[in-house]
This record gives sequence, C-alpha cells and structure tokens, in this order.
Amino acid sequence: MPERNSEIKILTGNECSAYSAMKSKVRVVAAYPITPATPVVETIAKLVESGEMRAKLIRVESEHSAMAACIGASAGGARTFTATSSHGLAYMHEMLHWAVNARTPVVMAVANRAIGPGWNIWADLSDSLSQRDTGWIQLYCSGNQEIYDTIAMAFKLAEDRKVLLPAMVCYDGFVLSHTAMPVEVTDFDGFLDEYEPSWRLSAEEPFTHGNIVPPVYFAELRHNIQKSHDRALKLMNKVEEEFYEFTGRETPLILEDYRTEDADIVIVTMGAIASEAKVAVNSLREKNVKAGLLRVKSFRPFPEKQIKEHLEGKRVYVFDRAISPGSGGPLFREIRSALAFSDVKSIVPRIVGIGGVDVTKRTIERAIFERKIWVKEVVS
Amino acid sequence: MKISEMEREEFLLPGNTACHGCPSSMVLRTVLKALKGEVVLVIPACCTSVYMGPFPGSALKVSVFNTAFASAAATASGIKASFEMQGDDTEVVVWAGDGGTYDIGLQALSGAAERNEDIIYICYNNEMYSNTGIQRSSATPFGAWTTTTWKGKTEHRKDVSEIMLAHGVPYVATASAGYLKDLYEKVKRAKDIRGFRYIEIHAPCPPGWRFPMDKTVHIAKLAVESGMWILFEHINGEFRFSGVSKSIARGKRKMRNLEEYLTLQERFSHISDLELSEIKRYVQERWSRLVKLEGEKDAVVAKFYV
Repeated sequence: MPERNSEIKILTGNECSAYSAMKSKVRVVAAYPITPATPVVETIAKLVESGEMRAKLIRVESEHSAMAACIGASAGGARTFTATSSHGLAYMHEMLHWAVNARTPVVMAVANRAIGPGWNIWADLSDSLSQRDTGWIQLYCSGNQEIYDTIAMAFKLAEDRKVLLPAMVCYDGFVLSHTAMPVEVTDFDGFLDEYEPSWRLSAEEPFTHGNIVPPVYFAELRHNIQKSHDRALKLMNKVEEEFYEFTGRETPLILEDYRTEDADIVIVTMGAIASEAKVAVNSLREKNVKAGLLRVKSFRPFPEKQIKEHLEGKRVYVFDRAISPGSGGPLFREIRSALAFSDVKSIVPRIVGIGGVDVTKRTIERAIFERKIWVKEVVS
Repeated sequence: MKISEMEREEFLLPGNTACHGCPSSMVLRTVLKALKGEVVLVIPACCTSVYMGPFPGSALKVSVFNTAFASAAATASGIKASFEMQGDDTEVVVWAGDGGTYDIGLQALSGAAERNEDIIYICYNNEMYSNTGIQRSSATPFGAWTTTTWKGKTEHRKDVSEIMLAHGVPYVATASAGYLKDLYEKVKRAKDIRGFRYIEIHAPCPPGWRFPMDKTVHIAKLAVESGMWILFEHINGEFRFSGVSKSIARGKRKMRNLEEYLTLQERFSHISDLELSEIKRYVQERWSRLVKLEGEKDAVVAKFYV
C-alpha cells in the first residue's frame, strides 16, 4: 500500500462532504442553505475564505439557481459541486433534468430529509427517491467515511467520458449529516486530478448547446443517457478497485454484502438503516436466525443483475425509509421487479423510519417477526 | 460613431427562422456586432431559442448555452465563475425576453445583480410572451390586447430597468429597436465596465402587437418619440437621458401625440378615451419619476402633454 497523505479528523457527515469537495479539487460551488445540509455550505465558505480551498463559491438566492449555476459552471469546464436537501432538492427538479440532458457531471451531496407540510427536518429518503427518473446517478451512504470517499468516487465516475452524468451522494439527515465520527481525510492526488473536461463552452470554438432537438435526434439523446447509465454500472467495479488500490479502503459503489452467503433471510435496504441492520443481523444470528444484509448503494443505475445473484433462494425483507404513496416502498418495488422470474422464496415490504422515526436494531428485528408493513413507533 | 464604423462581420446568420420584421433578430445582430462576437450567450426559453434554428444547425456564429426559463442569470453566473477559475475572461451575456426577465426569471436576475456578477444581461422586451403566442407579461402595457387579456390588460406594466437601478449595479441602460446606433454604443460602453450590466431593448413585435411587418422600426421610433419608451443610461450612480428622450427631457423636442403610436397597433384598437387618458397619466408619472433621478435639472418636462 503506497503512503498517502491523510489524517484522521472527527467530522460530521456534512463536513465530510465539504472536505471531500475540497480534496476533489472542486473549483466552483453554487449553493443555498437548507436544513440539514446547511453546514456543507458553511464549511465550504470557511474553507474558501481561508484560502484552503481554491474555489469560487456562488451564494445564490435559491436552489433552482444553485443547480442552474452548477450546470453553467460545469459547462464552462470547471469541476462543480453543491449540496441540498428536501424542499431544496424538490425546487431544483427542473434543473436536475437539465443537468442530465446537458451532460454536465455535477456532483451533489443530499442530506436526506422529509418534505412538508408539516415541517419535518428529519431523515427520510423520499426527497431524493422522488427524483429517481431525472437521470442522476444516485449513491446512498451509511457512514461518514463512506460519504467522504463516495464524493471523490462519484466525480471519477460522473466525469468519465463514457458516462458524463451528474451524481448525487445521499446520506440520512442528522443521523449522518450531524453525527461526528473519525474519518480518514485522504488527499486524492493521483486518484482524482484536476478536471479535464471533454467539452467546454468557449468563445474560440463556438457551438450551440441545447437548441431545439427534433424527435429522432431527441430519442437518440435519451437513448445515449440510458446507455451511459449502463456503462456507469460497468465502470463502478473499476472505480471501487482503483479506490481500494489508492486508499486501502473497500468503499462500495454498487452493493455491500454482509453475511448473506449462508443466510436464509436477507434484509435489503439503503443508507444509515443499513448500519443498524448489521447490528440486527448479528443479534438475529445469536437467536439462531440465519440473517444477512444486502445494502443497495447505487439506486441509479440500478444493479438488477447483481441484486438477483445475491438474493436467489432467500427470504427477502426490503426496508424502505420512504414511501411512494399509492404504490409502496420505492426500493421494495424495484427489488421485486428485479427478482421477477427468480427462485426467491418471498419478498416482503417494510416501511420504517419515516420522517425521522428512529430505527433501532429492535425495530428491524420486530419488523421481521411481525406481519406488519409499517413500523411507525420507536422500538427501544 | 458612423454606421460605416460598425463591425462588418455577421454573427447572426441570414436564413434564420425569425418572423418577418422581427425586432429581436435585428437587435441581436447589432449587439453581437458591438461585442465582435467574442461572447458566450446564455439564452433562456424565448423567441431566440426558436429562431436560432434546430440541432444540428444553428443560426448563431457565437457560443450559445440554452437554459431553462427561470434561470438565465444564474446559469450565466456559473459560466462566469467557471471561466474566472480558469483564467478565461470571455464576456458572458444573457439574452432573454421579457417573460424570462420580468416574470419567471426575475428572482435569478435580482440575485445575480445583487451579487454584482460580472456579466451583461440583455432583455429584449416585446411586452408579452410572444414565443407561446401573445400572452400578457408584467411588461405588457395597460390596455393592450393579448390572448390572456382579451378585453385589454387592466394593470400597468412594471419596469425592470428601474428595479435594476434600485440594485445599484454599475450599468443600466434602455435602448430601442428604432435606434440601433444608440444600442451599439451602449453595448460597447457596457463592455468596458466590470460588474453587473443590464440593458433593456424595446422590441415592437409585428404579429404580437398587430401591425404590418415593415413598420417595426417606425413603431419603435414612435414609442420613444411619444414618450412611451424612455431611453436612458445609468453609469456608476449617474443617471442621464439619451437620444430623443434627452431632447424631450431638455425641452428641446415636443413629445409626439401618444395616439399616433397607439392607433398603429391593433392591440390597442379597442381602448376607450378613459383608458387612453390613463395611459397618458402613467407616462407622465414615469417621466416625472425619472426626471427626479437626473436631479430635476430638466423640470421643463413637467408639461409633457400640454
């Protein structure tokens, strides 16, 4: 393992975002504060003003403008980053689509939070999951080191010429965004160097970007985006390996498998709940229940084939910290669709942690033993 | 400056899909000449996003980034920041209609102006949403017919150039499709100033305002001569009238009768005498307000329509 310039710092999830953006050589940030993502912007402002981070921070007047400025900055050829949450992400919606069709590889941290009314500032993945169809790569983290690592990996992936898609790095509001943990702050020189865009706006070589696109060309444009997602999925293994070579850390991009090989029942979930689910798996095994965990890190692109391989022959419990009213848990629906025509024994949905309801290992255990879809109370 | 001294190179190519008599393409051609084509244009949804032509072609010989309706000023801020970080001093210019400026894009515009972003924001104001087919905007004047105000608009227009003055930006100017030399010179002056610069161009639209397509320049001139559109420049805190508006303000020229301007446009064909006097009152009020900005040294204009 080569010696890397790194130090251990005690950082919150939001600080991890800011530090990783700095170490990823982000040159433009345009952001608007919103709980619980605000400290990302505050930390970046501090790093920029102290001269530690060489970047221009545009303190825009809304999230819609934040994403518009990020798209402009990326099209202008700079590595670009922002952070938001909940209503802010919803307000960006139009520009999220724009970033995809414009092929601007912006990376964004999303501190997941419920959407009101009533005002609820706590963890809930409904905000980013309802942006599912915008075409962004979506990666869900379950720890602070992972947030730090994933932002750099996301740039590597998003900027690859075969991909050129924006990526959001999501983590549960407060549970991760405001919890401090020891984090290895690694320099990424050699893993992620100064951004060299494959295209950029310039006066010297004029071209028109985004004018009217007739139907046949538009179908081609959309098909290319789908193909880029397929290529992104293939590239993820390579980025995981490169990152491991570079840091010695096994930070997954696609899936994390925890004791599923000999398991009868497998918990499938995303985000911070997956950390708690590991505790639940061990506790269940002490009670002679052969449990395992499959954590989905990449929700888009959705690793259908890999998921199927891990879950054949199992009894599957899908835990969603989000609800698509009128349908069910968004992850559950995806998993069930991925497992169609497989020999999986059963697939059951569980809705937990909505609006920040605390999810303990007992919540998970009870959800497995009881035949109830929703757990709305704190099980301590 | 003589017309022969204007830039010869064309940056808006002929054969584009603008309507006959389009003021927007005429003033865009002038603006790009004044900037010698050394720009990146940011264009939100507006007529220009259509008449620049469809992919894979383009009628524009400069770099263009199309953006969403509400976000022109924000997108331009991002491009400028990006260029700054790379040591590229290319001028970033927003080219937007009054819909993208007065209404849906006002928040982003105000944000960029307050941050004093180093960009030029140009609004070509045809006093309605013309790209969607003649609906009222907040730049539509009182009494005007549109397809969302069939009996005539019941409110006066607001004025974004005055809103920009309130932001205290380094440069604010109004111009007109009737006075291209004046526009050319204003754009050139704006180019030499750093910080946020706002230029609003009055752009009479033949199909939208219902007048013959060979009358664009005539109507544009009448708007200024009748006092309905006021030409001014505000450079680093100093306000001054320009062109015909300056002569009017100095009392050297009498305003033309407002009816002359209005009756040529079918969108005003239905207005009553009462409505006409309301428009006159509005014009008077606006002149009085702007005259005060120039320090009331031209108090002579107090009697515009006497």
